[in-house]
Amino acid sequence: MCLAIPGRIDTLTNDQAEVVIGTNRYDVCTVLTPEVQVGDWVLVHAGYSITRLDEQDARETYALIQQVLTEPPQASQA
Amino acid sequence: MTPIPVSQQKMDALRERMETAITRVGRLVRIMEVCGTHTVAASRSGLRSLLPKQVKLISGPGCPVCVTSQAYIDAVVDLARGGKVTIATYGDMIRVPGKRGSLEQARAMGASVRVMTSAMDALKLARAEPHTQVVFAAVGFETTTPPTADVLIRAERDGVANLFVMTAHKLVVPAMLALLASGEVQLDGFLCPGHVSVIIGANAYRPVVEQYRKPCVVAGFEAAQMLAGLTEIVEQTADGRAELGNVYGAAVRGEGNAAAQRLFDEVFEVGDADWRSIGVIPGSGLVLNAKYRKFDAAERFGVQFGPDNATPGCKCGEVIRGLQDPYDCPLFGKACTPQRPIGPCMVSSEGSCQAYYKYHRFRPDPK
Ligand code: SF4
Repeated sequence: MCLAIPGRIDTLTNDQAEVVIGTNRYDVCTVLTPEVQVGDWVLVHAGYSITRLDEQDARETYALIQQVLTEPPQASQA
Repeated sequence: MTPIPVSQQKMDALRERMETAITRVGRLVRIMEVCGTHTVAASRSGLRSLLPKQVKLISGPGCPVCVTSQAYIDAVVDLARGGKVTIATYGDMIRVPGKRGSLEQARAMGASVRVMTSAMDALKLARAEPHTQVVFAAVGFETTTPPTADVLIRAERDGVANLFVMTAHKLVVPAMLALLASGEVQLDGFLCPGHVSVIIGANAYRPVVEQYRKPCVVAGFEAAQMLAGLTEIVEQTADGRAELGNVYGAAVRGEGNAAAQRLFDEVFEVGDADWRSIGVIPGSGLVLNAKYRKFDAAERFGVQFGPDNATPGCKCGEVIRGLQDPYDCPLFGKACTPQRPIGPCMVSSEGSCQAYYKYHRFRPDPK
């Protein structure tokens, strides 16, 4: 339940962002990371960005994410 | 199983360091991975089988669904069956068996139960259906708590009067301290959760290091990161040191996420929490403060909590306290499987029983 996944902020209005994770887009609330801007990489947990990430760090963990996203359907989303 | 493409060189170098350190220790080193996501990552990546035989990884109380008390599960199921509210919950919760069935079974019999991926969805539901009383089953550790807080702040600001929460939010560090204080489980150190630590900060583990002289190292979820964290713990053990470490500097800072902590403080205060089979640990949970108590579903709907009676035969309690492996449960893989789970450790995608069942169903050679 505490797993967070890196994604890139594509649009941002106030504290509501659209974040691209893999090939999907998600609505993400950025209230916990007020400093973020469009183009930033963030870790997303349960619909909230919890920290900003370096692009390189984000890309490094990308393999892990892909693996998580291809887990069987009952894997936790939260 | 897809291998994680970290450089083989890096893994080899870490394994060599680990081998040297464990030889210096000269005995079994027992390390608790506190976080359920670490439990699963260690199994899925094959890390468990890469470790020297003298390093034993023990799962801890870090699967939020698993540590939620049976009394809470039963109370939420009863509330759902009462028919007056819609229960909004994270996915794994709906399959945990209760005394009167699971939320999923309640739903099959007509109760209104919606699975959410974010607390924000519960608020959206309450706004979209003003005549529905929405009760969000708010479980989880510090990573999951700030969203609950944020949603309640918005509900308070906008006068949303039909959203309530059943809070069972828990704090990781008090649970670690309680395990050590009980003296039940022998541990040499802790691999500390990555994403909880993004919020609370690595410094939060200082009491464990200072009061109990146990190495605490924060790690992310890649095999190489986890191996680096474990190696650091074994090296500290070999040297007789107990220090705070952090191999996940990319995401975790010493002081954590200040914005998230401000949200906690606005809505919650530290209170006692009831843990499955452990019982009440003082100061290990978050309860709504006076300003936000009006959102408390238990108060609003007169919810009664029964005893924390676990399902007979289920060893989840022993598993989350690090006293037994899933293999030690006579029901493991027989009466209890992910398809027909008996306890939450088999229901949850972060539960030890499910991780062991999926990735190494048979007990390895004795260590
Ligand atoms: S195998 Fe099933 S019954 Fe046994 S401890 Fe795990 S969840 Fe409980």
